[in-house]
Amino acid sequence: MGFSIPAGLEAELDALATRYPQKRSASLMFLHALQEHFGCVSNEAVEWTASKLGLQPINVLELVTFYPMFRQEKLGRTQVKVCRTLSCAMAGSAEIRSHFCTKLGLDAHRHGAQTTPDGKFTVEFVECLADCGNAPVVMVNDDLIGKCSAADCDRVLSKGG
Amino acid sequence: MPQEYRLILKHADQPGYTPDLACYLRHGGYESLKKALATPGRDLPDGKKQTPREVVRDDVLKSGLRGRGGAGFSAGLKWSFVDRRGGKPIYLVCNADESEPGTFKDRQILHKDPHQLVEGMIISCWANDVKLAYIYIRGEMPHGARLLNKALEEARAAGFLGKNVLGSGHDIEIHVHRGAGAYICGEETGLIESLEGKRPYPRIKPPYFPAVLGLYMSPTIVNNVETLCHVVHVVRLGGAEYAKLGTPNNTGTRIVSLSGDVTKPGYFEVEVGKVTLGELINDPAFGGGLKTGRSLKAIIPGGSSSKVLKAGEKFKLRRKGADGQMTQVEVDLLDLPYDFDSLQQAGTMSGSGAIIVMDDTRDMVDTLANLSEFYAHESCGQCTPCREGALWMSKALHRLTTGGGRSADADYLRDIAQNIQGRTICAFGEAAAWPVLSFVKKFRDEFTARGQADEAARAKGLAKPGTHH
Ligand SMILES: Cc1cc2nc3c(=O)[nH]c(=O)nc-3n(C[C@H](O)[C@H](O)[C@H](O)COP(=O)(O)O)c2cc1C
Ligand code: SF4
Ligand code: FES
Repeated sequence: MGFSIPAGLEAELDALATRYPQKRSASLMFLHALQEHFGCVSNEAVEWTASKLGLQPINVLELVTFYPMFRQEKLGRTQVKVCRTLSCAMAGSAEIRSHFCTKLGLDAHRHGAQTTPDGKFTVEFVECLADCGNAPVVMVNDDLIGKCSAADCDRVLSKGG
Repeated sequence: MPQEYRLILKHADQPGYTPDLACYLRHGGYESLKKALATPGRDLPDGKKQTPREVVRDDVLKSGLRGRGGAGFSAGLKWSFVDRRGGKPIYLVCNADESEPGTFKDRQILHKDPHQLVEGMIISCWANDVKLAYIYIRGEMPHGARLLNKALEEARAAGFLGKNVLGSGHDIEIHVHRGAGAYICGEETGLIESLEGKRPYPRIKPPYFPAVLGLYMSPTIVNNVETLCHVVHVVRLGGAEYAKLGTPNNTGTRIVSLSGDVTKPGYFEVEVGKVTLGELINDPAFGGGLKTGRSLKAIIPGGSSSKVLKAGEKFKLRRKGADGQMTQVEVDLLDLPYDFDSLQQAGTMSGSGAIIVMDDTRDMVDTLANLSEFYAHESCGQCTPCREGALWMSKALHRLTTGGGRSADADYLRDIAQNIQGRTICAFGEAAAWPVLSFVKKFRDEFTARGQADEAARAKGLAKPGTHH
C-alpha cells in the first residue's frame, strides 16, 4: 500500500550499491536512505531492499532489529536524543531528559524511545554521542546541542514539531 | 610549562579555517601525497632493494607511530602483517566509529579538517597497494559523513583520488559508509562484518585476523582516523624526524579528550609522554583543575573501558636510565606521564586517549552503574559470558543503586567480571569487565557500605516498596 520509491532515490541507491564489490554491503546505506525518506523502515522497505540486493528479507530484517538507529515504527518529526552515558550523566543529562518528558507529557520513568501522540516529538536516551567535553549533550535530528540547558530544551520544544 | 603541541589540529581551530579543499591546499595540503608518490626506491646495505612503497611503509614503521584507536599497536607493524602474496585485493578501512565513552577527538578532525584524513588515507592506500578503501563513520555523525563525501568529491575532481592519482598510474577509490548506532561496530572485525552488510558480530581470531582474512575474506588494514592523519605528518617530516616528537616508544602527538569534573573540559593535542595526567587535569593550559572546593576522587584514563585510577595511588614504573640500565621509580598518580607504556605499567591503559575525571562529590556505585548499563546495552550477544555477564552486572548495580543491595555484591560483581574476561570472542569482554573489577577493588568500601545499609534497612522493614528484587 502506497510503498513506492521515487525514481531519483532508486537511481541514487543503485549507484550506492556499485560502490561495493558485494552488493550486500550496501544494506545499511539503503536502510538509512529509506528511513530518511519514509520516517521508518517498514516491512515493505525490508523486502524491497532484500530484492534489490539479492538477499532474503530476514538478512535485512535482522539488521533493522539489531542496529539502534533503525526503527520499525514512525518516529516524531523532531527526534530528541539525550546522551545517557557517564560524562553527560555527571553533567545532569537525566534532568534534561526529564525536562523534555515532563513538558511533552511523556513518562520520565519509562525506558526506551517515546513519541508524543501528535507525532511531533520523540524523546529517548542514547549512549555516548562523542562530544563529552560539551556535556550534557543532546542531538536534535541531525544537530548537536552541547552544554544543553533547560532554556535550550525549551527552545527545541517551541521550534520543533 | 606544559603546553599543547598541535600537529593534527594545527589549523583546525584557526579563525577562518574551513573544511574545503581550497583552504586545505592553502595550508600545504596534499604536499605529503605528492612527496610520497615521488619517493625514490632505495638500496639497502645488505644489497636488497626497496620499492618506493616499501620505503614509505618502512618510514611509518620507523616513525614509531602507534594506533590511536585504543590498542596502541604499531601502525607500521600492522601494515607489515598484510598478506601481499595471496593475490587478493587489499582493503583499507578507516575506523571513524568513535563510540568509546569519553572520546571526542576524531569528531574534531572529521568536522574541521576532513581532507587531512583523506590525504592520509590516499597515502596509506598507495603505500599498501590498496585500490578501494572505506571510511566507516558512526551513524550519529550525519554532518561528518556529508563533509567527508564533499571532501572526497573535491579530491576526485582535483585528481588526488580516482583513476590515475596525480598521473602516477595508480587508481584509488574511497567511499563513506555509515554505521547505525552500535558501539560494537568500533571493534575492527565487528566493523568488517557490518561493512559487509551483516550484524556486527566480531570474528574469532585466529583465524580471522584482518591482515589476512578481513573484508570479503581479503587482507584488510583497519586504522583509526587519527592514526591515518599522522601518516601525512610521518611522510612530511620523515619517519626518523617524526620519532623525535613525543618520547621513546611513545612517539608523536595525540589528541586527548578530557571530560567530567574539570573546570575546562575539552580536547588537547600533546606530545605523547611529555605531559602528565596531573597537568592535563590541573594545568591552566589544559583542564584548569577541579571546581572550587572539590578534591580529586578518581580518574578513568583511557575511555570507559580502561581501569579506573584512584586519587593518591602510587605506581612503580620501569625506566631506562641514560646508561641504558632499567631502574624502577615510584610515581604518584598525577605524575604519570600520559603515554601508552606508563599507563599500562600503572595497570590500566591510555586506550582512546579519553580522560574522565571524578571529584569527591561522586558516588562510585552510581558511576559504575552508569558504565555497566552501557556495556549491558552494547554487548552483541554472541558469547554467553559477555551477553549474560554484562547484563547481570548491570542488574546487580541497578539493585545496589535503588535500595536493593547486599553486602556481598562487591564479591558477586567481581566474580561475574572475572568469568567474562579472557572467555570471549572479542575484547569487549574485557572492556565490560575491567571497569567493574577496578571500581570494586579500589572503592570496595563504598560498594560494601551501600549493600550493608540496604540489608539493614530491609531487616528493619524500612526498604522502600518496589525496590527489592
Ligand atoms: C569494543 C571495542 C570498541 C572499539 N571501538 C573503537 C572505535 O570506536 N574507534 C576506533 O578507532 N577503534 C575502536 N576499537 C579498536 C579497534 O578494534 C581497532 O583496534 C582500531 O580501529 C585499530 O586502529 P589503530 O591501530 O589505528 O588504533 C574498539 C575495540 C573494541 C574491542
Ligand atoms: S565479547 Fe561480547 S561483544 Fe564481543 S563478540 Fe562476545 S558477546 Fe559480542
Ligand atoms: S558521554 Fe555524553 S557525549 Fe559522551
